[in-house]
Amino acid sequence: MAHPRHLSEPRLLQLLLIGIALAYLGLMIFLPLGAVLVQALQDGSGAWVAAVTEPDALAAVRLTLLVASIAVPLNLVFGVAASWAISKYEFRGKTLLVTLIELPFSVSPVVSGLVFVLLFGAQGWFGEWLASRDIEIIFAVPGLVLATVFVTFPFVARQLIPLMTMQGREEEEAALSLGASGWQTFWRVTLPNIRFGVLYGVLLCNARAMGEFGAVSVVSGHIRGETNTMPLQVEVLYNEYNFVAAFAVASLLAGLALVTLLLKSFLEWRHGDELAARH
Amino acid sequence: MARRRSFLLGVTALCVAALLPQRTAAQASVQILNVSYDPTRELYRDVNQRFAQRWRAASKQQVAIRMSHGGSGKQARAVIDGLPADVVTLALAYDIDEIASRAKLLPANWQTRLPNNSAPYYSTIVLLVRKGNPKNIRDWNDLIRPDVKVITPNPKTSGGARWNYLAAWGYAQRKYGSPAKAREFMTRLFRNVPVLDSGARGATTTFAQRGQGDVLIAWENEAFLATNELGRGKFEIVAPSISILAEPPVAVVDRVVDRRGTRQVAEAYLKYLYTGEAQDIIARHYYRPRNPQVAARYAARFPRMQLLSIDRHFGGWGRAQAMHFNDGGLFDQIFEAAKR
Repeated sequence: MAHPRHLSEPRLLQLLLIGIALAYLGLMIFLPLGAVLVQALQDGSGAWVAAVTEPDALAAVRLTLLVASIAVPLNLVFGVAASWAISKYEFRGKTLLVTLIELPFSVSPVVSGLVFVLLFGAQGWFGEWLASRDIEIIFAVPGLVLATVFVTFPFVARQLIPLMTMQGREEEEAALSLGASGWQTFWRVTLPNIRFGVLYGVLLCNARAMGEFGAVSVVSGHIRGETNTMPLQVEVLYNEYNFVAAFAVASLLAGLALVTLLLKSFLEWRHGDELAARH
Repeated sequence: MARRRSFLLGVTALCVAALLPQRTAAQASVQILNVSYDPTRELYRDVNQRFAQRWRAASKQQVAIRMSHGGSGKQARAVIDGLPADVVTLALAYDIDEIASRAKLLPANWQTRLPNNSAPYYSTIVLLVRKGNPKNIRDWNDLIRPDVKVITPNPKTSGGARWNYLAAWGYAQRKYGSPAKAREFMTRLFRNVPVLDSGARGATTTFAQRGQGDVLIAWENEAFLATNELGRGKFEIVAPSISILAEPPVAVVDRVVDRRGTRQVAEAYLKYLYTGEAQDIIARHYYRPRNPQVAARYAARFPRMQLLSIDRHFGGWGRAQAMHFNDGGLFDQIFEAAKR
């Protein structure tokens, strides 16, 4: 059905808007991404491979994936539980809980890192206790995980709260009244309804977990091959005037982000009908 | 459904297992952590390799030296907060003093435990200019000319920047005779500084890579690195008439090595820095060696300059820090005045 002409914007304005959007995208997204790739491949693909398979770089990749694979599931469970509580029940202090969930978004990542130094650092509240038991948190993997969890925990909950609030409780109530158990209701009714929101939250959470710099930098200690995640390794290499290697690792990081995005598109494409049918 | 779930669980478990760092192989050997400042990356890469060979030959034990680099003050702070450094090799004694006084990880007299004030190498501050020296910069007083842009990092965060600042101050005080005149000189100098990076490396990148400014005040070793590796023939080093004796000291962190049982190897590591072999590596990385024979071999590389001493001319780091760099100190006042 043709759109009535007089209800649409003039052709020129349409073109202008599209042009502005594309130019902006090109300038702000594609140009920098392209620059990273050009720099990374400046000395040929051999240099790129050498840079990303160097032991410290591999350690950084492994550490980044390890941290994300702990932080993301934790925040998935927390996010679903919190949004369930907030959207399906009424209780005192609900607004406060919502505000608290969003706190990591408004706190600077540097402060988020320092909080953990203040708690678990040698001079911190639990510093003596931890040191006497030889437990390492700050400047070791647990600290990196804690900082990442803190910074990324709003992502899943933020996706789910509006979605679950909109859906209300009728379907769950129906399932329960037909004799389903609590778990059955969750797996068969609630989860299928929110799976796309969950997926989207997890992907965003994962992207941020792998890319986080500020908070992680504070608690890392920057030990080469040990507590440098990929973003930190990029900075280290850049500061060593090793620009090709720095951008090679950066391009790998960008590649991981692209894989995340492709995964999302793929799932949308495969399960698009199912997802659409449910709404 | 159940099958899919157990499949997912299996995949997750596999991923986690593959990701866990492989530690078992490393535990048969000893590991020490050297927490250092920014410009020593290349130096310690070579030193560590040679020391590991020597240690293996002498004690039949594998040693892995792990490195952490960053701004000197920031690194000291991390050690105070619990970064388990077996040895610290920082930009200035004041930062190790802080570790001794705030966290009591080593005794206050740490600097007397090794020769040469515990500084196995020294360096100084020079001026790096662009090829052909287009602004004709010969000495410190050229930096206050209105047509010159100066790059130097922030003395609040960078150890190197504090040396830069004190070298310029020392020059001005000698040349113009009074602290008031020196202060006037520094105000004019900082008026010419367009950007304060947080660390020495950042400042070098700003000058060399991003093409900002006409002159970089830098560690001599940083300046050599820039001229020889960042772009051959793109920069020139200018040795000012007066500069400062910069002694980056090293120390074993007693509480850490005693807890980890690494005292022996950590002490051997620092002593190794004074050997002829290490001194040669040091000179090759453009730090000035202490060993007279090695120094003679590399004499042509390092210009002779009049070097002021922090202890004799500035009353030690404690006084210099309190007078110039603490909040509300001279640097803050100078920087405030320069912005106007």
